[in-house]
Amino acid sequence: MTNPQPLDPNKKLDIESILEDLEHYHPRRKGWTWREVPDEGIEMGPFHYRNMSKPLKNGIGLPASKYFDHIDPQPSCVVTTEIASGRFEDDIRRMRMAAWNGADHIMVIRTTGQSHIDGLLEGTPEGVGGVPITRKQIRASRKACDMIEDEVGRLINFHSYVSGVAGPEVAVLFSEEGINGAHQDPQYNVLYRNINMYRSFVDAAEAKKVMAGANIFQIDGAHNANATAKSGWLVMPELMVQHGINCAFSVAVGMDKNLIGLSTVPPDAPPAPKLWYDLPYAVALRDLFSEFKMRAQQNTRYIEADIEEAVRTHTIDTLISMLTSADIQSTITPDEGRNVPWHYNNIRGIQTVKQTWAALDGIKELLSINHQGPLGEMVRDLKIRAIAFLEEVIATGGYFAAVEKGFFVDSAKYPERSGDGIARDGKGGVGAGSIIERDPDYYAPVCDHFGENHLPVGIECACDPIDGCTLCKPEKIVYIDELDPEDSCNKRLEATYSYRKGGKVKPEAEWAGDGTILTQFFVPLTEDFAAAYGIEMAKKLGLVDPQVVNIEVMQPSEGCFVEVKGKINFDIELASLKVAEKEIILPEEELREAVKKIGLKVVAATVGEDEHSVGLREILDIKHGGIEKYGVKYYYLGTSVPVSKLIDAAIETGAQAILISTIISHNDTHRIQMKKLADLCAERGVRDRLILIAGGTQVNREMAKETGLDATFGRGTKGIHVVNAIVKNLKSRGLL
Amino acid sequence: MTQDRIENFNQRRKELEKLEDSELKTRFWELCNQVVEPIVDLARTHTSPSIERSVLLRMGIDSITAHGVVDRVLEAGLLAKGAGHVVLKVSKKINCDLRTAAAAIIENKEILNGLFN
Repeated sequence: MTNPQPLDPNKKLDIESILEDLEHYHPRRKGWTWREVPDEGIEMGPFHYRNMSKPLKNGIGLPASKYFDHIDPQPSCVVTTEIASGRFEDDIRRMRMAAWNGADHIMVIRTTGQSHIDGLLEGTPEGVGGVPITRKQIRASRKACDMIEDEVGRLINFHSYVSGVAGPEVAVLFSEEGINGAHQDPQYNVLYRNINMYRSFVDAAEAKKVMAGANIFQIDGAHNANATAKSGWLVMPELMVQHGINCAFSVAVGMDKNLIGLSTVPPDAPPAPKLWYDLPYAVALRDLFSEFKMRAQQNTRYIEADIEEAVRTHTIDTLISMLTSADIQSTITPDEGRNVPWHYNNIRGIQTVKQTWAALDGIKELLSINHQGPLGEMVRDLKIRAIAFLEEVIATGGYFAAVEKGFFVDSAKYPERSGDGIARDGKGGVGAGSIIERDPDYYAPVCDHFGENHLPVGIECACDPIDGCTLCKPEKIVYIDELDPEDSCNKRLEATYSYRKGGKVKPEAEWAGDGTILTQFFVPLTEDFAAAYGIEMAKKLGLVDPQVVNIEVMQPSEGCFVEVKGKINFDIELASLKVAEKEIILPEEELREAVKKIGLKVVAATVGEDEHSVGLREILDIKHGGIEKYGVKYYYLGTSVPVSKLIDAAIETGAQAILISTIISHNDTHRIQMKKLADLCAERGVRDRLILIAGGTQVNREMAKETGLDATFGRGTKGIHVVNAIVKNLKSRGLL
Repeated sequence: MTQDRIENFNQRRKELEKLEDSELKTRFWELCNQVVEPIVDLARTHTSPSIERSVLLRMGIDSITAHGVVDRVLEAGLLAKGAGHVVLKVSKKINCDLRTAAAAIIENKEILNGLFN
């Protein structure tokens, strides 16, 4: 197998080429990877970071990074994003965006109902709320991750779920295909998927053994209790018991503690006094489970349609991770409360962690948790309740008996009971009665098999009699491409071809060409009318299938903030889009030399009745990186200077250029002043020897032509852009 | 009942309060291990259709065939021998490779008769 072609950051992922030759692809490594975190810290731009990992080769920093030499500090923990649109061919493009923004743990949610499918799925059928996990889908995704990790310069952990009634098979599939992390928790199957309890645990032992053999990192499912229980913040003793049972079971069947992670969520959210619940829980957990890894998840239990509220809660969740510890920081897309996550909301989730982590870098060197007083008491109370819970489980007759009696996911704080726990019958559930006691001559001729295995006499390695199993000889793996060509990625890729490669453009939220957009506005109506208005407005805008996804009342009668999503039903041809050609800036040294050679001088002022001089000063002054920095001598004439006076000054000083700044655009003042400058210069016969430049917030590059100037600049312009324009114009006129 | 439970908890709490933090931790893990011990034993001595299919996958048999084979082996009452064991025996019996043996089991379940006699 050869390594795939390196990606070009300026080219889109070519999905068709990823799908080529998949039958011969094998993962280039197995197992989990942590980030590289130098003990001595990391120097980036003007700063020293104390607890950060090695930076990316290619990435995108936070928006404010432009003020700090474009640095993009990367947290010390692995950062997770969950991607699951139902179409893996669209998901892998999102994976690339996520990796560029700092995710190195990409979790793929399974399609609804897969946990009840008795066996493996094959091919690439479309999923609902997730992707059907099949060999082809994960192989293509892992191959894409290989290319993406080379591009960003950091290894990517690819992750999915080993649960349901096909757990051992899924585990084998994951081991064979180089999946790096997986959820595995037999309790999850029992409580939330109603899989028979005996079957779930018997299967789990085999699945865990297989995972251990491939160094797959395991995450448990305990956090679902506080996402499910009516009062999530009260179930903390039970959560610790669930974590404990899965950890103890995993170790007993052969997993390495370093590869066992607790899926833990700060259980509360504002307006609750979050810290008083979440911090003692986080501390108690890290005390009891100090030998295991912490996968800190953000809270989903209280997520509403308001994106900003979710981001704020998640910021505080991340603060709790930093005050305690997190080996993996998971992110939740802040739109989870309103729809299946959209592309850019994965990025927002990652940014929340990256921003918080950078801001609070090294927090433990500055602040420490006060274990005396209320915190210590609360931590101890939680531990005692968890232990008493376990004692009661044993007194009741063990784990299975306790599940039958509804011990778990009861919304009261242990030992109180609300009676709303999830009780399961040992004789019931999916797969009931399906486990079979192994005979004395039971034999499985494969590696990573758990439990009694009676190898034939003289055989040391279980798979010797079959000349090696697929875990030893990957070439023995059977690859099935598609079972239903009509429900396959090939069909979907044909349908979206024009949006991916055919020159048509539509916005997208999840899938190529889905056309989904979001509108946001305030409307001065009551809540009911605001919703009705939102739909009507969207229809008039031409949106198809409009839905109100969020309404927030600002005041019951004054009005609401409304968000409406919908689909646009038109395409735009890429070829019809006109984009101003990017100005190529000459190298700084070349500019300095040219300035020196000609002794470049300019006169500058704001024109019209305009007193706004801040922008112009920034273009001129050395301290703001203005033209002075490149050796240009300038004469600043002040504000509200008549155009004629600027021309006089240019002639008098021998300046080669005139710079005017105009902010006020009322009645087209800016255009009038710009034209006047060009016309007056022509009238006085100096147009040929002067370079005329204008700038201002309402000015853009296209205005030069219509106003007769040589260059015009808008927002974000720096001194170097102006010097570059002057030098280029002088050169083209043969004056330099 | 509820009152008993609360009373029991208060008793337990009284005992646990006497323990140091490190002893609480030790106690927590002793109990967790005690809870899972019988479950681990159950897993060690039992198998399931999914476990057996996962064994066949590891033997280089595709997922669809693996499903059919385990169904046949289960019907024949031989799952307790191990489905992989069964396929291996069939391959020896009719002198063929494992994939052919697996296909043969699906085609003709008579082939399993007397396999372990």
